Amino acid sequence: MNLTLKIWRQKNSQAEGQMVEYKVTDISEHMSFLEMMDVLNEQLVNKGEEPVAFDHDCREGICGMCSMFINGEAHGPDRGVTTCQLHMRMFNDGDTIYIEPFRAKAFPVIKDLVVDRTAFERIQQAGGYISVNTSGNTQDANATLISKEDADLSMDAATCIGCGACVATCKNASAMLFVGAKVSQYALLPQGQIEASERVQNMVKQMDEEGFGNCTNTGACEVECPKGISLENIARMNRELIKASV
Amino acid sequence: MSRFYSSSVGRKVFMALSGFFLLFFLLQHFLINFLSVFNKQAFNDASDFMGTNPFVQYALQPVLFFGIIYHLIMGMYLDAKNKGARSVKYAKNNAAANASWMSRNMIITGVMILLFICLHMVDFFFPTIKAHYITHEHLDSYEMVVAKFANPVYVLIYVVAFVFLALHLLHGFQSAFQSVGFNNRKYTPAIKKLGNIYAIAVPVGYMFIAVFHYINSL
Repeated sequence: MNLTLKIWRQKNSQAEGQMVEYKVTDISEHMSFLEMMDVLNEQLVNKGEEPVAFDHDCREGICGMCSMFINGEAHGPDRGVTTCQLHMRMFNDGDTIYIEPFRAKAFPVIKDLVVDRTAFERIQQAGGYISVNTSGNTQDANATLISKEDADLSMDAATCIGCGACVATCKNASAMLFVGAKVSQYALLPQGQIEASERVQNMVKQMDEEGFGNCTNTGACEVECPKGISLENIARMNRELIKASV
Repeated sequence: MSRFYSSSVGRKVFMALSGFFLLFFLLQHFLINFLSVFNKQAFNDASDFMGTNPFVQYALQPVLFFGIIYHLIMGMYLDAKNKGARSVKYAKNNAAANASWMSRNMIITGVMILLFICLHMVDFFFPTIKAHYITHEHLDSYEMVVAKFANPVYVLIYVVAFVFLALHLLHGFQSAFQSVGFNNRKYTPAIKKLGNIYAIAVPVGYMFIAVFHYINSL
């Protein structure tokens, strides 16, 4: 298929950016979106032009690196996928595709489609950990019994890969689905209770300091999340904060 | 507690709590107004009670004003803050793909409701306060309602305002539960259904009262 691409180009974090139009031809519908970007970049390099910078690592939907806001949606029009898992068969021959970086004040653009998501790491550092015995008296992991339901919910929350699609898609650039998932994965387990109160308070405080917006429960994050993280996690975070504050 | 209140989550919780209070107020206001469809005397008695009872006047009414003003100011403050969280807009944003129009436009429906409240205060609240506390004359609430709704332009304004109220409530009702942390697989589907019923039934009920009095005046 032949496509017209409108891509955000920005030299560095200080430079003014703009949408630039490119044409790509003979794209296979079996290619992933990132492979299509590779074809474009090869074309640009051959012409002596600067290739489009974009984040990628595992290319199998696990690392959470590939961002991109494609045709008005985080990770493009498919559901439950990251950009590397998005197939070109989701598009039609002759389509014009808009490709932009994830937009949020807390995710500044570094170059082209690459954004700085270290705000998420600082939120994790503020409370995303538990206390464990390490010096010769480590306990068997199965010594503490956990109900199947809680273990499943915790695991569901822990599938968050921190890609930032929730922030990118939220009209308020809110990070509450990410923080809700990170708070929940520990709050549901007995091992997470030691720091439960400080964890939620510190992570929410860090989230606010990073400049993310406030959740207005539109549910867009849940729809666009490649891992299907539920809004229940935001409600759990709210409960945890209420519990920790009263 | 102050740390909770100044956090993004805390503000959401207080928006929800003021929203719950306003939901309760809307329902009781509707039930009293609905009396005007059946029984003039019952409506006047209920209006007089609400207008003269010290608990309603000096306890509930100030809480109501605080609730409305708080919900309004905090709503606008959060909206401004949220807009600032994304300084560069997307060239193409397919927002309708993942969120309802109602959930994305609470500020628009909210401001329309505010404009309506201002008109409603001029129409009914201020004349009532003036009669009770300044001129000390007895006000026939029923006649005041009938006189207002004899004008089709007024009826149209009220009907349009209640459409905005319905749109606001279609998202607001269930959203308030989510904000206070009440979301679970067992009860949330029922809350969403109840929210949709409330968001349609109460505004349609208010519209019916306005249209009823207009038709009655013909």
